[in-house]
Amino acid sequence: MIVFRYDKTFDGLLTAVFDAYVRKTFPDKLLGEGELAPLFVEESYLVTTQAERADRVWKSVQKKLSKTSCNMITHVWLSEEEGSDELIFRYIRKNLDSKHSIEMNFADPDVLQLNQLAKKVGREAEHIRQFVRFQKAADDIFFAPISPIYNALPLSVEFFADRFADQKWIVYDMKRNYGYYYDLKNVTEIALDMDENMPDGKLDEKLMAEDEKLFQSLWKTYFKALTIKERINPKLQRQHMPQRFWKYLTEKQ
Amino acid sequence: MKADILEKMKVLAESAKYDVSCASSGTTRKNQPGTLGSAHGWGICHSFTEDGRCVSLLKIMLTNYCIYDCAYCINRRSNDIRRATFTPDELVELTIEFYRRNYIEGLFLSSGVIKNPDYTMERMVRVVKELRTIHRYNGYIHMKSIPGASEELVRQAGLYADRLSVNIEIPTEPNLKMLAPEKNHQSVFKPMLHIQQGVLQSNEERRKFRSAPRFAPAGQSTQMIIGATDDNDKTILNTTAALYTRPSMKRVYYSGFIPVNTYDNRLPALKQAPLVRENRLYQADWLLRFYEFKVDEIVDDRFPNLDLEIDPKLSWALRHPEAFPVDVNKADYAMLLRIPGLGVKSAKLIVSSRRFGRITATTLKKMGVVMKKAQYFITCNELAFNTVHETSPEYIRKKLTEKKMKKGDAPLNQLSIIFPE
Ligand code: SF4
Repeated sequence: MIVFRYDKTFDGLLTAVFDAYVRKTFPDKLLGEGELAPLFVEESYLVTTQAERADRVWKSVQKKLSKTSCNMITHVWLSEEEGSDELIFRYIRKNLDSKHSIEMNFADPDVLQLNQLAKKVGREAEHIRQFVRFQKAADDIFFAPISPIYNALPLSVEFFADRFADQKWIVYDMKRNYGYYYDLKNVTEIALDMDENMPDGKLDEKLMAEDEKLFQSLWKTYFKALTIKERINPKLQRQHMPQRFWKYLTEKQ
Repeated sequence: MKADILEKMKVLAESAKYDVSCASSGTTRKNQPGTLGSAHGWGICHSFTEDGRCVSLLKIMLTNYCIYDCAYCINRRSNDIRRATFTPDELVELTIEFYRRNYIEGLFLSSGVIKNPDYTMERMVRVVKELRTIHRYNGYIHMKSIPGASEELVRQAGLYADRLSVNIEIPTEPNLKMLAPEKNHQSVFKPMLHIQQGVLQSNEERRKFRSAPRFAPAGQSTQMIIGATDDNDKTILNTTAALYTRPSMKRVYYSGFIPVNTYDNRLPALKQAPLVRENRLYQADWLLRFYEFKVDEIVDDRFPNLDLEIDPKLSWALRHPEAFPVDVNKADYAMLLRIPGLGVKSAKLIVSSRRFGRITATTLKKMGVVMKKAQYFITCNELAFNTVHETSPEYIRKKLTEKKMKKGDAPLNQLSIIFPE
């Protein structure tokens, strides 16, 4: 078994592709720098991430593949799923090796899997756009916590920037402890000290803007009034709105 | 905001909730730099109620007072219910503040009729106009046009709303007149026509001048109540198909009649809303819009009502075994779409993948085809062995409708192995 070790960055992964083609040996397994090696390793190679190499690989990928497929690769990377880097590696390799791109060949298991995983990440990004709930703080910043299963927040930032262009806001990934802040001009990545201020992501009443409590109650009232009792169907509700989002949903408190 | 606002919210949301059209799709409005809101082609559901319905828009009534007395409506004047009225300012503020918190995609404004249609419509127009002009709000707006409102007010509404709708409510005119004596189809079709004219005219002008104002860019929609009258599915779907031939008509919604006003003996005595039927109608509606089906293929004089047990596509397939099996490696897109268990997405995947090699049953499964259904209607690489011809339509129907056995039911399972069909 051939093992490549790299720094678990996207550029690192692309550098690994570059190096594999130069060395003409291709990894059966991709590992992080400190990860435990499997038994029976014949060869182990340590990738040193180089932006310029990564760039060259990405350029040829872009030349070969449609924009949609390139986006799918990024999506799959953001999935942080075990083995997703190996999937991307195989996918890129298969495409580079064949005369025409094989991106439309869904009978190929890697193509299909990449598409499906990308879709799942895309769906999580959509869930973020759906279920983010802003709370207005006393300093007029709208704050929203979220903890998605995939690292999909970067895919939704543009949506918020476009839609909420005349208010300051923060959308914060509580699980990965980073978020984005919009100050009416630019969006910047930030890391907050969450544990101390609000471990559950909820603004304390003291920190809320004046009318915040009222609008939360109005929304809850609205949500409750909307239910048609004759049609209660909790299973359907959970299917559309996975329970993992409920803890930050104003209407579910 | 005043203290009674919570109470008003409760009353007016309750009254508005029976209107089912939740979609907020169909418009793309780029945000103007630095302003609030955007409408994307695809509407977003921001929440789901306990009955599993999408909450996309703030669906609310300006008032639930009404001078009319429609039998199927909770807000009819002879009902003794709590009544409330929002001021236009209150509605504007609610919309903006809900929107800013990402609770909603926009506003869906309807109203009972106070004083007269124009008086009511004028107040509704004031709300949407203020949102757009004073607050520079770019989110989605769906506004119900009040039957009988003047053309001028419909025109104004179209300048600010993304979608306008006039509900037809009852599919045939005699039945409408029976349940809503103060209404007729004319009072519905006339504003529909005004909206259509507005849309077409604006499209025409925008072809010449790109800056010409848009008019209800997401077109119009309407709704029919199902099961409050004896109209059969054939009548309903024919009305639907006729509505879809109108250029600006985007969606027809079906709302299973919820037995309100049980005291009124013009209404049928239902225990429960006809949910399955409603669902089947939506499926039939999809077949009309996306699967190239015609109404008379779905229902006809022999089968004027949709089969409640199985979906309309499967039902068609079982009535037309001669069309099957379909070879997924050869059949054209339209024919692939006719296969039960195979949807638009998988049909597209199949068409684009088979250039690379033959499609097998395993690939189909991975592409999301429901093989449990599809197996009886296809051939792929493998030999077909239990299609509708080797078995029979009756057998397939039985197979696909029998209740799933739970683990505890093992003895029954074994029995069916000992005595195969
Ligand atoms: S006009 Fe509308 S609100 Fe009034 S009773 Fe009829 S359906 Fe209900």
